[in-house]
Amino acid sequence: MRELELYFGPQHLGMVGNFSITLKVEGDRIVKADANPGYLHRGFEKLMEQRTWMQNFPLVCRINVVEPDHMELIYSMAVEKLAGIEVPERGKYIRSIFCEMARVASHLFGLWAYANMLGFDTVAHWAMYHRDILLDMFEELTGARVYHIYVRPGGVRRDFPDGFIDRLVKTLHKIGGKVPDYNATFFENRLFQKRAEGIGVVTREEAIRMGAVGHTLKATGMKYDIRKIEPYAAYDQVDFDIPTRTGGDAYSRLLTIRDDMIESVHMIFKLIDKMPNKGEVYTKTPNPFKWKIPAGEAYVRCESSRGELGLYIVSDGGDKPYRAHFNTPSYNHGLTVLEKALEGESISDVGNIMISLYVVPPEIDR
Amino acid sequence: MSKTSFLNPFKAIKYLFEKPQTLQYPFEVKEIADRYRGFHKNDWDKCTGCGNCADICPNKAIEMVKIAELTAKPEEGMKDERPQLDYGRCCFCGLCVDICPPGSLTLTKDFFHIHFDTNTFTFIPKDEKMDKETYKSEKDYSIFQASITHRKENYDGFSPDMQYALFEPDRVEMPEIEPDVRKLSFIEQVIGYNKEEARQEAGRCLECKLCEEACPANLKISDYIDAIYRDEPKESLEKIYEDNPIPSICGRICMAHCEDACSLHIRGDSLAIRWLKRYAADQIKNFKEELELKPGTATGKKVGIIGAGPSGLSLAYFLRLQGHEVVVYDELPGGGGVIRTGPPIYRLPLEAIDKDVNYIGSLGVDFKFNTRVGKDIEFEQLLKDYDAVFMGIGNTVSFSTRVANSEKCVLALDFLKDNKIGEMRKVDKQVVVIGGGNVAMDVARETIRLQHLQYPDDKSLKTMVVSLEDWGKLPATDVEIKEAKEEGIEFNPAWGPKEVVLDDKGNIKGLLCKKVKSVFDENGRFAPSFYEEQEKLLESSMIIEAIGQKPDFSFLPENFSDKLKFTERKKVKVDENGMTSIPKVFAGGDIVNINLDAVTAIADAKVAAEGIAKFLLNNKNK
Repeated sequence: MRELELYFGPQHLGMVGNFSITLKVEGDRIVKADANPGYLHRGFEKLMEQRTWMQNFPLVCRINVVEPDHMELIYSMAVEKLAGIEVPERGKYIRSIFCEMARVASHLFGLWAYANMLGFDTVAHWAMYHRDILLDMFEELTGARVYHIYVRPGGVRRDFPDGFIDRLVKTLHKIGGKVPDYNATFFENRLFQKRAEGIGVVTREEAIRMGAVGHTLKATGMKYDIRKIEPYAAYDQVDFDIPTRTGGDAYSRLLTIRDDMIESVHMIFKLIDKMPNKGEVYTKTPNPFKWKIPAGEAYVRCESSRGELGLYIVSDGGDKPYRAHFNTPSYNHGLTVLEKALEGESISDVGNIMISLYVVPPEIDR
Repeated sequence: MSKTSFLNPFKAIKYLFEKPQTLQYPFEVKEIADRYRGFHKNDWDKCTGCGNCADICPNKAIEMVKIAELTAKPEEGMKDERPQLDYGRCCFCGLCVDICPPGSLTLTKDFFHIHFDTNTFTFIPKDEKMDKETYKSEKDYSIFQASITHRKENYDGFSPDMQYALFEPDRVEMPEIEPDVRKLSFIEQVIGYNKEEARQEAGRCLECKLCEEACPANLKISDYIDAIYRDEPKESLEKIYEDNPIPSICGRICMAHCEDACSLHIRGDSLAIRWLKRYAADQIKNFKEELELKPGTATGKKVGIIGAGPSGLSLAYFLRLQGHEVVVYDELPGGGGVIRTGPPIYRLPLEAIDKDVNYIGSLGVDFKFNTRVGKDIEFEQLLKDYDAVFMGIGNTVSFSTRVANSEKCVLALDFLKDNKIGEMRKVDKQVVVIGGGNVAMDVARETIRLQHLQYPDDKSLKTMVVSLEDWGKLPATDVEIKEAKEEGIEFNPAWGPKEVVLDDKGNIKGLLCKKVKSVFDENGRFAPSFYEEQEKLLESSMIIEAIGQKPDFSFLPENFSDKLKFTERKKVKVDENGMTSIPKVFAGGDIVNINLDAVTAIADAKVAAEGIAKFLLNNKNK
């Protein structure tokens, strides 16, 4: 049969984000896929070199639209490591709660994208609504719905407002109460199973070789999570489980995401129970106009909703980073893993696979 | 693998009978969170125009613009600029709110703006008081018109909170000798910052430079503070020397107009600018060896300066750097002028003065001490010998109250002078000081020290201050008053002297006082009025008058003193070049300005230095 070259995105209904894949197809089978990023390059890493240590945290969150919080966190962690700043206990707990909220919100967004892609509009709508009521909580805590700009070097910018915990618990219960409905309509839906099972399979060996992280790796049965391996914030204070599946396909990945969300909600409850009632939420950092950090370099990592997120940052002793470089999960998933997973699949499953890998294109182009 | 089914999804049908999850926007409006980061609002009354918001803005969305209807008040730290927002750039991070020292910037819960003209996205925020047009009451507000200029009133979101401010409001406490210890001797009260303390304090500076505009001599404050922060005291001192050649003196007794203007002052403590200057000056042990200043190339012009006070010293320094030959005459045995005789040793030791004076001398300034113009050398001779003459003679004669028997009282400046550079005065056990200014505080605090030195362990010691002004209106600085109180000085505010009461032998028995009704008349002129019937007698055997001082022009021959013109406030009239009404004679310092302090004298000297340079150049051309 004749080979055809097919451009999938950036202008394509099935494409989420500014991303393109060049497909070599034979009939509707994909022979070879070429991921093609570069439509969203905003030069964040370079921009960071021109902003002071304090001015950078409102910037880095924009690297990932879906989940800006872990970007703020990783930047703050890097600066703290470079400058030797210790975050107060309460600040650590707030960070953890904040990040778990972000994980749930991000997974719900992912669920929307995925369900929407497969045509499960009812579930997609629920996911968006539940994300929205969680964004209300973010708005109350941080003052913004999407770019929270909340985690600052040294801690967090504001303490919980009065009665916030009660409202958060109520909101989480509200979302949690709908899990049976999600299950009935989507996760235990035979149609979903038929569309996702055996699609975009990545074996454990392949996943490890290609640097897959997060739920892509967990869906192959690997218990790999930075929150356990290298605990940060208050993750060493609470007990939690890492959900895994063994299929390595889109179906397993989606179920891992669901279980991860449920585990996050449980973890928030545990963190709320354990967190100190009073105390500082941040450590005073030097005057932002005079803040210079001694020359050195730091690499920090955290577990974002898509997997291990790293930041390598260098200071030359000045008031700005000399160089910053992110190691983002979408980079691995969107370029290497995706190309591999697409091979031999049907054209109609391209969006299915891409979203099941949870690729967020702005993370690739930084 | 969990069980899946085709029929299960139909359970979702129940949602058909539930309340919709969406809102009928804009008829149903969602409650906006209290911390919402929306459009800016700025309280113009609180805003100082410091520009910290513009400096921290990561996107350069804030620009400081001059506002025509505002007038700058540099001495209060108030600029005529206000922030202008560009919402094409703003990312609503709220850093501007957290850095705002006066807390005038707030983010509101409004976030709608739709317009065909992109220029409308740039605007200068005001608040409800200033801009009634923009901020509508609940009744007048309509969401269909919502824009930057159609907003709800009292709709604050992300607000300033000192707890989360990005600046440090608290000053590093200056180590000082405790009142109970320091009142027993003349030990220098302020110990001075060590390196860590100085760097920590310097680190608080936000570099907004309001202080530089408030300083009469316009020192480059934020530069030299930054040098201290970077641990470069020498660089810091060099920066200071560009505008102020007497850092050891000013680092101790400057009136620190800069600190009143400091933007941190509004919601916290102002930066300790004076103590940091002192730190820089104290760090460099030997100015001559370490500073690399050189006199300018010789011009062949000679300038004579009368008085080695702050204005004379500074002028000598500035002229010397220009290359002129400078001779300074002073009747005292050393430099400093009123600064040498006035400020007590516990505030300004002689070594600090000599350190500055000697350095100026080392640049080639010829000091002729113990030489009184008018006695040892005639004024006319100076006019003949020099190309220009400068008078910086200061206020050296104390006023007397001129109440009955006041000739028995001691005058403040004589008292201070003897204690500082002569023999310590003998004081009595009960002393009354008349006056409420800084000189009166100096006198009272010296008296209490002398009492403790001369009558150790005497419980009957008492120093009283009588002033016309009431609490809160005393001319002395708050710090001086606080420290005087700590040392046990009794205040009698709003009492005026009526008579010095004598006993049979003609010795002072006490001061009879009368209650003050008001100090100033309707026109704001000094005209005290009293309740004559309300009297009280302050028993003491010694009274010191510290109610003000005036210059001594007796050195001027008559033909010159007639020509010397004065302003309405009885100050020597000078033009924009610092020249008096007598050609070739310049003046500065306390006889010219109304601030009566060292740093203003330096400012006068800067003016005169430029004026003299111009004058000499013009003369050369002729």
